[in-house]
Amino acid sequence: MNTAGVRAEAEIRARADGRGGTALPVLESRGPLAVRRTRGSGATAHVTLVGAMSGPHGGDHFTVRADVGPGARLRVGSAAATLALPGQHGGQARQDVRLTVAAGGELHWMPEPLISVTGSELAVHTHVDLAPGARLVLREELVLGRTGEDPGRLTSRLTVRVDGRPVLDQELDCGPGAEGGWDGPAVLGGHRAVGQLVAVDPEFEDKPVAPGVPADGLAVLPLTGPAVLVSAVAPDALRLRRLLDRAPSAFAPAAPASA
Amino acid sequence: MSRAALLVLADGRFPAGGHAHSGGAEAAVHAGRITGAESLESFCRGRLHTAGLVGAALAASAALGVDPVALDAAADARTPSPALRAAARRLGRQLLRAVRAAWPGDELDALGRRFPKGAHQPVVLGAAARAAGLGAEDAAHCAVYESVGGPATATVRLLSLDPFDATAVLARLAPEADRVAEAAVRAARRVVREGTGALPAASAPLLEIHAEAHAGRAGRLFAS
Repeated sequence: MNTAGVRAEAEIRARADGRGGTALPVLESRGPLAVRRTRGSGATAHVTLVGAMSGPHGGDHFTVRADVGPGARLRVGSAAATLALPGQHGGQARQDVRLTVAAGGELHWMPEPLISVTGSELAVHTHVDLAPGARLVLREELVLGRTGEDPGRLTSRLTVRVDGRPVLDQELDCGPGAEGGWDGPAVLGGHRAVGQLVAVDPEFEDKPVAPGVPADGLAVLPLTGPAVLVSAVAPDALRLRRLLDRAPSAFAPAAPASA
Repeated sequence: MSRAALLVLADGRFPAGGHAHSGGAEAAVHAGRITGAESLESFCRGRLHTAGLVGAALAASAALGVDPVALDAAADARTPSPALRAAARRLGRQLLRAVRAAWPGDELDALGRRFPKGAHQPVVLGAAARAAGLGAEDAAHCAVYESVGGPATATVRLLSLDPFDATAVLARLAPEADRVAEAAVRAARRVVREGTGALPAASAPLLEIHAEAHAGRAGRLFAS
């Protein structure tokens, strides 16, 4: 039991303001998580998640919700990398992220990396539910340990549904106590940074993206449905970001007969 | 259940086309990540707990009679690589052809009509187990064993690895394989109650990334 754990919640609701912009009728947080509206660009509202303390620690439970209404556009980032840290009393920390986007809405969910520190134990589950016609760009970067240190236990599941239908469901479980082979040649093969970028866009229905391997450790994987996954592994966070930053150019429509 | 029917279905000589696939082992050999028995074991262990677990849970669910259309969609969502989805459907189509001859029945006919290009192989495997009078545990064990047996056999050919060493790898993995099959059956029983969201989703980034590069590689020995 983790009676010492902290509960933190943050909620963002984005709505079209009727003048071509996006309003944030709900922007709330409780506990050691803060949400701040930062500069907006045009029709898009920008929000930054700020961890008032670095965390989550073992035993903590963080929940973040973002809901984007029809025609609204929201971009969420974070002020710094999130550190998963051991708790004073040990035990697993949990972080649930629940994202919903209505038809014609657009969400860019682009947090900084999550770093699994030695001795920590964190389970993250990100649920994304999109209406038909919603757009999404979501980036997830997991870093196993700070420089030169062994990772903690990290389990991260990402579930994306469009119109209730599963488009992507992937879980990575790594670090001490994870099932064997996680660092072997089928799963991570010694890489210490692993990330993915998911793009959902109704335009992919008419202009499918071509699969490809633009660089070593990087693959562009069109999914079943109007969605593309960019999957990457790298030795460290910096090189992982460089790989994922190459992704948008890979979303060009499929060329016929690509090699 | 018929233990002999289980052996027929699990036999590597069952004419379902599996011998043309390495389960990612060829790509891993090409990348220098499998170089001998030790790295083969580590590869197989990773595959067992990811693709093996997911495939076994799909097969066990199908054996319990869960809607194959929903299972197939769940398999798609758990297989981001288009090359691996195509391979899984090709293997599913070939398996269905063989099992319809072995254990003819209406459910297999319906599956063939619903997926003319093939359903994901583990979904077909579960339906095949059902048609053969086998249970969810049998389907799960078949899927789990296949998830490591294929790469081990392929590596013998790819690296001229001693077949004794490859078989020893499989024998060492057996207790873990049993645990994975049991976990898959537990998950499948949840799927019956809660739907396909209860399926495990364990992923292997290197398998997915390398599968795409492998699909386009000239001179490869195995299709996947």
